[in-house]
Amino acid sequence: MPQLIKIEGERASTVDDLFTFVADEDAVPAAGDVIVTLARLSSEGDALLSSGRRVGVRLQPSDAVEDLAYDLGALAVIELAFAKFRDGRPYSSARVLRGRLNYQGELRAVGDVLREQALHMVRCGFNAFEPADGSTAEQWLAAAHRYRHVYQRAADDREPVFVERAQIASGLGHNRPDEVGV
Amino acid sequence: MYRYDSLDKEMLTDRSNEFRHQAARRLSGEITEDQFKPLRLMNGLYLQLHAYMLRIAIPFGTLNTKQLRRLAWVAKTYDKGYGHFTTRTNLQLHWIKLRDAPDILDALAEVDLHAIQTSGNCIRNITADPYAGATADEIDDPRVWVEAMRQWSTNHPEYSYLPRKFKIAVTAAEKDRAAIRSYDVGLHLRRTRDGELSFEVMVGGGQGRTPYLAKTIREHLPAGRLLSYLDAVLRVYNRQSRRDNIHKQRIKILVATLGVEEFTRQVEAEWALIEGADIDLPDTELARIRAAFMPCAFDPQPASSPVFEAAKADPEFARFTRRNVHPHKVPGYAIVDISLKVPGETPGDASSEQMDLVADLADAYSQGEVRINYTQNLVLPHVKLADVPAIYAALKPAGLATANMDLITDIIACPGLDYCTLANARAIPVAQSIAKRFADPERAEQIGDLKINISGCINACGHHHLGAIGILGVDKKGEEYYQLSLGGSGGDDAELAKILGPAMSGPAIPDAIETLVETYIVHRKDGERFLDTVRRTGLQPFKEAVYASAD
Repeated sequence: MPQLIKIEGERASTVDDLFTFVADEDAVPAAGDVIVTLARLSSEGDALLSSGRRVGVRLQPSDAVEDLAYDLGALAVIELAFAKFRDGRPYSSARVLRGRLNYQGELRAVGDVLREQALHMVRCGFNAFEPADGSTAEQWLAAAHRYRHVYQRAADDREPVFVERAQIASGLGHNRPDEVGV
Repeated sequence: MYRYDSLDKEMLTDRSNEFRHQAARRLSGEITEDQFKPLRLMNGLYLQLHAYMLRIAIPFGTLNTKQLRRLAWVAKTYDKGYGHFTTRTNLQLHWIKLRDAPDILDALAEVDLHAIQTSGNCIRNITADPYAGATADEIDDPRVWVEAMRQWSTNHPEYSYLPRKFKIAVTAAEKDRAAIRSYDVGLHLRRTRDGELSFEVMVGGGQGRTPYLAKTIREHLPAGRLLSYLDAVLRVYNRQSRRDNIHKQRIKILVATLGVEEFTRQVEAEWALIEGADIDLPDTELARIRAAFMPCAFDPQPASSPVFEAAKADPEFARFTRRNVHPHKVPGYAIVDISLKVPGETPGDASSEQMDLVADLADAYSQGEVRINYTQNLVLPHVKLADVPAIYAALKPAGLATANMDLITDIIACPGLDYCTLANARAIPVAQSIAKRFADPERAEQIGDLKINISGCINACGHHHLGAIGILGVDKKGEEYYQLSLGGSGGDDAELAKILGPAMSGPAIPDAIETLVETYIVHRKDGERFLDTVRRTGLQPFKEAVYASAD
């Protein structure tokens, strides 16, 4: 069975992927959890979502996540496909899903998913990964934690440098003996 | 000037460690060259014709002397003892070994320098007016806002894999010395009638094979909302731009395709939904940055200096003061340009010894601060008038006292086919041959302001679209040819240059320039610069003169 890396806070684990992806040209299996394309979700979504199994969707980089707004509560998982690791559209899709559409469920990165992009993916709100480079959960977690600081707020809960500075200045932050500010 | 605090320094250390790790994975074959390429580019490392090139960021074009000396040391230790200052106020070292790169980045990080996002399809190092904080005509120090944007754009999780590179420039003075309309985003800071700081936001400028000047999408953006507004611009770009044709993926193409009204509508709609409070810097952080850019106190000086005036008895020094010395906001002080355009030398190159000397002079006379101008020259921003003669005397034997700012020999040129894999033709020898032809400083001054820009290929790193005379290297059946255009400018009177006629061979170029200059002198009216005459008469007289003499 294919496997997935899942990240929860500071922990990473490898789990079995219980879903089957169904391409548009294939028939939906009679039973079992499935992930379908946006096209199939639009045409067969009502029937699938009421068939007593878990249903997810896989979006391509050009698909608009806003199209999922009405189904978000019913979807068990959303996959955003990286056509090439250099195609950065899924990062924006993830930010809109998390920040604007308030999607709380599992958000998977699939396709050309590489360890060197783990930090950006985690920060944009992905919490499940199908690495194309054979990375282990530990390697993935380590890559996502290479930086002690971040400069901007994102979909994770890390506070940016300017907040850390303010906390240090007011004595609430880490107790640092070195110089603060400029 | 701004100093990195412990948090900024830890970011640099982590970045350096990350790259060391990535380079090791590449060298062991764990990741492919295709996977490594964007990673090394985002750390400034290009593979060029003969070696790796490292492009080091000089944020807001400002260096302290410790940093400049470190650059000199790195150039001497890991390269051939010189560096090349670029039109984006970076420093390029052209003869680097990949295995040395992590050590170089460590050495740079020790003095708060880095190569982060100097290349790759991300938000690049952001540039500003080289006279920031020193010129009388600015309403705020633009570097405050550049630093705010540096933080926001560094390692941005959403915008590190954009369709193409993304460049931002800022000016806060009426005179645009940063060529902001040739940028993906150009920002012009002004005060509104009620005294509030506000940005005019221009989007979609760029050079390359499809040159555009940026168009205004917002006249008045409250300055404190800059970052969230940029976030909206970037999100629209990242989501809507084409990704199927590398030549059509800059934001200028998206703006041109959608039309500026529709693009603006999408940005405003996106901005209305963005949580600005999460993105815009709090006033306390802006105040902290602003405090860091306050110059040291200026000793009160008389508005004029007898030493300075007396030194003008030397006509060469007098010329230096006319071309390279500019008014400072504080009476009795001046801004001094240091030309890296010695006729016959490579435009923008400085040796390690020259860098060390400029650092010494900055320590002695300019509050320890040096600037890089996008015209590929250096600047001492805070100089007492009385000290200018001593500076001139020290610069002269080092080949740094050429009095040619904005003159015909102050040529902007890219590295061209001598270094670059993209180039069709060499740029440096063409620049050298023109500069040698006009090396007589008296004649150059009589010709007056005349910007020549040379690019070795259509990617336009030498900004040939923005030259009063633009020269573009093209490949004509395996031979290097050069196409002339006239009438461009990147300043307040920004316009794209127009092609003059068929391309010509490299050796024909100095004669053609000579003909253009003679034609200008025949047609010029009182006080007209070359650019003014070209714009008034049109290209016709110039075209006739150049191609008639070529027949």
